[in-house]
Amino acid sequence: MSHLELKNVSKSFGPVGVLHHVDIEVKDREFVVFVGPSGCGKSTLLRIIAGLEKATSGDVVLDGEVVNHLAAADRGLAMVFQSYALYPHMSVRQNLSFGLENTKTPRDKIEARVAEIARMLRIEELLERKPRQLSGGQRQRVAIGRAMVRRPGVFLLDEPLSNLDAELRVTMRAELAALHKRLDATMIYVTHDQTEAMTLADRIVVLRDGRVEQIGTPLELYNRPANRFVAGFIGAPHMNFLEGRFAGGEAGAARIELDGGHMLSLRIPVRPEGEPITIGVRPHHIETQGGQARIPATVTLVEALGPETVIHAEAEGQPRIVAALAGQRAITSGDTVSLALDERFLHAFDADGRRVTEGEVAEEM
Amino acid sequence: MSGIATFLTRRRGGASWHFTDVLAWIWLVAGLLLMFGPVVWLGLSSFKTRAALSEFPPTLLPYETAMVHVEGFDEPLPLYRVMMEDGEERLLVQVRRIGTVAQMADPEAPEEIIRVPLAARQPVREIKLATENYSTPFKRYNFLRYFYNSVFVTVVATIITLIFNSMAAFALSKYEFKGRTAVLAIILATLMVPLSVIIIPLFSVINGLNLFNSLWGVILPTVATPTGVFLLRQYMLTIPDELLEAARMDHASEWKIYWRIVLPLAMPAVAVLAIFSVMWRWNDFLWPLIVLSDQELYTLQVGLNSFQGELNVQWHYVLAMTVVSMLPVVVIFAFLQRFITSGIASTGIK
Amino acid sequence: MTVETRQGIAGGGHFASLLLAPLRWAMNLIDRPMSFVQRRFGLGGVAATFLAPNMLVFGIFVLFPMTLNVAYSFTGGGALFLNNRVFVGTLQYETLLACRDFLDAASCREDRFWRAVGNTGFFVVVQVTALVLVSLATALVLNREMRARGFWRAVFFFPVLLSPVVVALIWKWILQRNGLLNAALLELGFEPVLWLVNRGWAMFWAIFLSIWAHLGFYTLILLAGLQAIPRDLYEAAEMDGAPRWRVLTRITLPLLWPNMVVVILLALIRAVQVFDEVFVLTGGGPGTATLFLVQYIYETGLAQQVRNLGLASAASILMAVVLIVLTLIQLLASAWRERKEQR
Repeated sequence: MSHLELKNVSKSFGPVGVLHHVDIEVKDREFVVFVGPSGCGKSTLLRIIAGLEKATSGDVVLDGEVVNHLAAADRGLAMVFQSYALYPHMSVRQNLSFGLENTKTPRDKIEARVAEIARMLRIEELLERKPRQLSGGQRQRVAIGRAMVRRPGVFLLDEPLSNLDAELRVTMRAELAALHKRLDATMIYVTHDQTEAMTLADRIVVLRDGRVEQIGTPLELYNRPANRFVAGFIGAPHMNFLEGRFAGGEAGAARIELDGGHMLSLRIPVRPEGEPITIGVRPHHIETQGGQARIPATVTLVEALGPETVIHAEAEGQPRIVAALAGQRAITSGDTVSLALDERFLHAFDADGRRVTEGEVAEEM
Repeated sequence: MSGIATFLTRRRGGASWHFTDVLAWIWLVAGLLLMFGPVVWLGLSSFKTRAALSEFPPTLLPYETAMVHVEGFDEPLPLYRVMMEDGEERLLVQVRRIGTVAQMADPEAPEEIIRVPLAARQPVREIKLATENYSTPFKRYNFLRYFYNSVFVTVVATIITLIFNSMAAFALSKYEFKGRTAVLAIILATLMVPLSVIIIPLFSVINGLNLFNSLWGVILPTVATPTGVFLLRQYMLTIPDELLEAARMDHASEWKIYWRIVLPLAMPAVAVLAIFSVMWRWNDFLWPLIVLSDQELYTLQVGLNSFQGELNVQWHYVLAMTVVSMLPVVVIFAFLQRFITSGIASTGIK
Repeated sequence: MTVETRQGIAGGGHFASLLLAPLRWAMNLIDRPMSFVQRRFGLGGVAATFLAPNMLVFGIFVLFPMTLNVAYSFTGGGALFLNNRVFVGTLQYETLLACRDFLDAASCREDRFWRAVGNTGFFVVVQVTALVLVSLATALVLNREMRARGFWRAVFFFPVLLSPVVVALIWKWILQRNGLLNAALLELGFEPVLWLVNRGWAMFWAIFLSIWAHLGFYTLILLAGLQAIPRDLYEAAEMDGAPRWRVLTRITLPLLWPNMVVVILLALIRAVQVFDEVFVLTGGGPGTATLFLVQYIYETGLAQQVRNLGLASAASILMAVVLIVLTLIQLLASAWRERKEQR
């Protein structure tokens, strides 16, 4: 059982507030990802959970017990550091066994455990090497192995993949997911990469400036972002935001006039005419063929990726719209296209960036 | 020879000679003579016998007049090359000298005495290393004792220095605590007050602690070197804190973090400090001179000084013992030159 | 140095691990009380424990004597321990400073002190100037593109490691009446000179000796400074067609200046404390020709039949003031250099 709760956790370094009243609950065996831009406080939050940093106020509750004053070693957690923090002067074997030695584990038990972990992570032939003789991916495995060796209830991973090259990152990501299933352990994972968050997480916690913006499953966050920040942060390429105003309409079907003069009809409550509103539309929900609202635009850049074609376009009043079109298209830079937004998948945000609730946007798929 | 000359004078890139190249070479060659020459001269001289040392002008190599055992004489006799009146050159031994005439004899037929004017003979010389210059001081005088004392002081002081300084440096680099800045400032302040300024009160402290005339009195005041603390602290600051945190997550106690993680990783700096400490303590002079009054306790440097200060300086012994006392340092330098020079260049300590 | 390159030394051989076994045992033994401290007093207590041994030695043998020194300088009499000594106020300082004419040591009550001050002042000015110039020249020569630079650097550097006694004896042997130098003079048709009996020559050799012994150290610092100057600056100057002397005066020397300041101050601080080599070489003589401050303090306070601790303390306080001022300037200069390097 490893159940973790953060209750009203705040942290400040001197006058600078880093975390503000954070409430998060992590269930047993859950894979939770803290995501957010750098400086959002996600690493600090992880270090508070680990016990490497003390919260200014609030509680860290592990399995129903407040552990605020417990030292890092005594919380039964393990951490994988961003830099791996492998002891450079020790061999891989010594790195793995150091923690067990410190807890006075019998020699034969240590050896058995190290051998087991090494087999599981396929690093058996590396055991006598020093960290500097390993590749990035191998170091990563050793770092995870070092965390696994003491069989902790909760794994804390601080941007563990950020030092790997893109290709390796994808492989390791898959391995991590598999490992989570196999270990049946609670994992808390910090990253700034939303793709990692989407692919790995059971639930995602989006943080910005020390505040929790939204907590939910990846698809909840994708389909129903609580605010403009989450909407922009989750999903690639990023969501387009088109500025506009309310222009009448009847109950449940507001008419919106986008800057540049294009009209849209949206199933959200009507607000007074002229009130500003931001319409969010994912690049994958824009087409150049068919659809209702058609916005003439000039293509400035074409990225032909093969399975899809991403175009950047400029429309009157809307400086930059990105559309991801399925398949390969005969569009070149300078062409004029007419963009059709799929009105089923539009998001609306008010002037404060909050989602304008409607409950009518369909689930994708 | 010319091959070596062209090797040495060949310039990278094959550019033509500039007058500054000539100046630089003059500087280097002069430097070589001036820096190396005296030491080479010391080495050569240390193998000369007492008689050879008093010769003036001196010879370069340790020559000695050849001595021959001749039948009928108890002592060996000096061998001379003699230009006879008839122009023939003969090898004769000198039996005795009377005024300007030497009585000489053929070593094969020693009964016949040949009279030769002094000017007509030249001693036959051969190279002979007076190794007794090295062995006698150890046997007859206290030098073995001095040597042992120096080794003891150097080794013990260095070990204590390394342990104490690295512990303090660890605390000052890896912990946040109240008064850290104050401690740093105090250590920094003592950089300004070298030993030579506090010898008087330190002398009374040593006396008060009953350490006067004891090797521990030489050792203890030197072990808390501020330079050592700073050198190690500077290096430990570069060890990432994440390693310490990882160790803490690994259930390591703080003491274990110090000696299993931080100390091994700080080894390069520790090694530099060890080398410096060995040299400092081996070469220390003023403080041992003050603390040690008993001959038995003298270190090599103090012993050497008192030996050379005697009225009738026994240069043949002094020179040999000088070589002995510089030998460890020269050996260290030969093996660790790169280490020492880069250590000095990066830290500016000596 | 990166974490990776560090461990080259850290990873010893089997032999080393055998040697380390007792050390490991001792360290494990200390772990118990240290863990207790950690549990009982937290990290603050641990930090204090780590600091304790060093600071204890420091306190007893450095800080305490420092304050004691001030106290001694206000006392008189022959007793060794402070509690038996008589308070005399500023008498010792008055004695030291009692001069009818400060430019004439003979007019002072404590004329040896003033001779030592004068000698030290002269020594400091001449030795530091010459030392810095010679070191600079050597560093410039060693910074050239050359073969076997390591060898040449070692040639100039190795005397730094020799003990002052060894240095003094090496040169004493050369300078003695029947020494190598006089033999060379004779060979060239000059009269031999009694180098260490002549007042002027004794001072000359004192200065020469200390330069010989220490120039390698300063050369090394300056050389490091020279090598830190980016190569492309020289290449840019070459492209600009700048002649060599202009490269030297407009690029090399200005960029080396921060290092020069540090070198000058370090040399000053050490020169004020000159003692060992000269003491062994000349014993301060002939007469008082090479009597310097530290020797004066040592002899007055500890080496005379009648120890005058008070007077010696007062003199060392005066010397400390000079050193503290110099060191403060040096620390500021070092900080300034570091800031400059970061930019």
